[in-house]
Amino acid sequence: MPTTAPADPAPGLAAYSEVTASEASLRRFLHGLPGVDQVGAEARAAGLGTRSIKTTAKEWALDLAIRMVDLTTLEGQDTPGKVRALANKALRPDPADPSCPSVAAVCVYGDLVGEVKAIVGSEVNVAAVATAFPSGRASMEVKLADTRDAVANGADEIDMVIDRGAFLAGRYLQVFEEIVATREACVRPDGSHAHLKVIFETGELQTYDNVRRASWLAMLAGTDFIKTSTGKVQPAATLPVTLVMLEAVRDFREATGVQIGVKPAGGIRTAKDAIKYLVMVNEIAGDDWLDPDWFRFGASTLLNDLLMQRTKLTTGRYSGPDYFTLD
Amino acid sequence: MAFEYAPAPESRSIVDIKPSYGLFLDGEFVDGRGSSFKTVNPATEETLAEIAEASDADVDLAVRAARRAFRGWSRMSGKERAKYLFRIARIIQERARELAVLESIDNGKPIKESRDVDVPVVAAHFFYYAGWADKLAYAGLGPNPQPLGVAGQVIPWNFPLLMLAWKVAPALACGNTVVLKPAETTPLTALLFAEICQQADLPPGVVNIVTGAGATGQAVVSHPDVDKVAFTGSTAVGKAIARAIAGTDKKATLELGGKAANIVFDDAPIDQAVEGIVGGIFFNQGHVCCAGSRLLVQESVADEVLARLKRRMGTLRVGDPLDKNTDIGAINSREQLERIRELSDIGEAEGAERWAPACDLPSSGFWFPPTIFTGVTQAHRIAREEVFGPVLSVLTFRTPAEAVEKANNTPYGLSAGVWTEKGSRILHMASQLRAGVVWANTFNKFDPASPFGGYKESGYGREGGRQGLAAYLKEAGA
Repeated sequence: MPTTAPADPAPGLAAYSEVTASEASLRRFLHGLPGVDQVGAEARAAGLGTRSIKTTAKEWALDLAIRMVDLTTLEGQDTPGKVRALANKALRPDPADPSCPSVAAVCVYGDLVGEVKAIVGSEVNVAAVATAFPSGRASMEVKLADTRDAVANGADEIDMVIDRGAFLAGRYLQVFEEIVATREACVRPDGSHAHLKVIFETGELQTYDNVRRASWLAMLAGTDFIKTSTGKVQPAATLPVTLVMLEAVRDFREATGVQIGVKPAGGIRTAKDAIKYLVMVNEIAGDDWLDPDWFRFGASTLLNDLLMQRTKLTTGRYSGPDYFTLD
Repeated sequence: MAFEYAPAPESRSIVDIKPSYGLFLDGEFVDGRGSSFKTVNPATEETLAEIAEASDADVDLAVRAARRAFRGWSRMSGKERAKYLFRIARIIQERARELAVLESIDNGKPIKESRDVDVPVVAAHFFYYAGWADKLAYAGLGPNPQPLGVAGQVIPWNFPLLMLAWKVAPALACGNTVVLKPAETTPLTALLFAEICQQADLPPGVVNIVTGAGATGQAVVSHPDVDKVAFTGSTAVGKAIARAIAGTDKKATLELGGKAANIVFDDAPIDQAVEGIVGGIFFNQGHVCCAGSRLLVQESVADEVLARLKRRMGTLRVGDPLDKNTDIGAINSREQLERIRELSDIGEAEGAERWAPACDLPSSGFWFPPTIFTGVTQAHRIAREEVFGPVLSVLTFRTPAEAVEKANNTPYGLSAGVWTEKGSRILHMASQLRAGVVWANTFNKFDPASPFGGYKESGYGREGGRQGLAAYLKEAGA
């Protein structure tokens, strides 16, 4: 898991310094990106959703999906006990089957990072939401303090929310600068940095054009991942939204040489859905992204269905939910 | 780390293919009096069945049966006729999987297209025209429209069942009876449809199906007791039919070839335009008369569009039509494969640059990889002649006026596509393009309520929609 910062921004990215020089140039650039035709994008996503993944391909996809899960609990009622249970599950999702891989990360609120870290160590990453999650409505100082706190608590990854109000009001440069500042707040004393994931809350951005613009905005600002949703707003992750984001990271790498990860979060509950996402990653961004370093599922209930389907493939039978741990 | 999709073949066992088939005359399957021919699976070259070749005498029997049935069928109330059509539509839905599998086996098209496009649209056509059967007086085609009589219908091999539906559903709704000849390489779903007519208790003789090749088709269209000819197929055959019926009082609709322009402006939603280009030319292996076989892309975005198109083409999966993950199936016949090869070789010889993604083609069967030609100009044959295969010619333009000129500079005029984010430009282009259908930010979309037909050498008359009724009614629209 790469958690150290690249020494310098990639040379490809430097070519875009003009773009982010002013509010006007940034707006011109974002609005000059090719539009997204809603009907066409949704039809493409639906088409990829009909790929039939069976037998060996399914086996491979299920294990990969498990390795890509950010096992998440983001409730006001979260306690140390709750997140410890989740951390143990992250390490050994299926106690009955040692061949079952660990998940990618456990995602919690910043104050609970230490509890999780104590259990998972460096075997599984710990992600913390920050920047006044989930609304993003706080002063910049508070957001940065929130981020620094989580990093100081040992978070390997920071999931930040953008200020959707600023974005929708067209204050793109403000959003850009917030991401840049948060990215700086992720730097640890030793110079390494916690991985930054930028959450757009696509359900609030509403249009695919906005999703594409937000993706480029965050990538230009130096994010490591772009993420669809907090999970607190409906609709959360959808296939077409993720499709647009996958197109964005694909185009961005082509333009700058920099690869950015994608994380759909919220609402992905079944193995069948997860496999549809993997097919889309494969056919839109390409198989370079079929890796937990570059694609994650933000999910809490998905894991058990993945485990159940995995067991079904090995034993030929479905076991009941009681055969899998709660969390 | 590569995601290798395991094969996911649809089961063949759902459909029962008999070793031999006769003709469907007067509600019964009967042996033909002529010789027979074989229909093969184009993906494997395996012989599927022996098919009767209807002789002139067989065709005569079919037309007589249709004439006898016409008396009752045309006098039946529209509401009663609608019941039969609705029943047929429902049986098509019930037997959808069987029809889809059989269509893919006989035609070579991928199961995902026969299952998700062809068969649902077939059912939709029967439902749509069933709805019109008792409302003909309200179609704006005169207060008391009357059917023409016996319709002789000849359909092609690219959408065997869909073309049957386009022809049979409006004809029956209007009170006509039909003698239909499916293409010699794809007769099986028409014969299964005959079974569906029996299952629906359709009165004998209302639908008659005669199988055979060109001579049989000729016998159908030139039979003196046929009142109406409906043909979909090549322009050459269309011209021959027009000549054969000239001077008679037969009415005719001809739906012929095309060389559609798919026009991509620099402000287009590029990713969706690329999908539209792929769908426009590689859908059904390019065996589509309205295929977007001429890509006209604005020079300012040509490189970007081409790069994206090539990357997208690299993800197309060519192979077993029954595999649910197959995007491009088999070419329908050896003859058609030869024609595609010939025209592609000519394209290369003329100096256009040929490109196809690396793909493993099966060793038996008829296959052609998705192919594009760049550096094509209007003077190239590959830009003018209909290839009827997965072969795209890429041309460029600089201004909207040039796009219109180039798009219209063809003997054909069946369809066109326009890709732009600018609504006013879509309307402007649509009013200037001489094509029966202009798709905006989409391509190859079919709906029973939407009329379809061509300009110039793409034929005359319209199928589908309210307009499609006019082709089967006396003095309609007068």
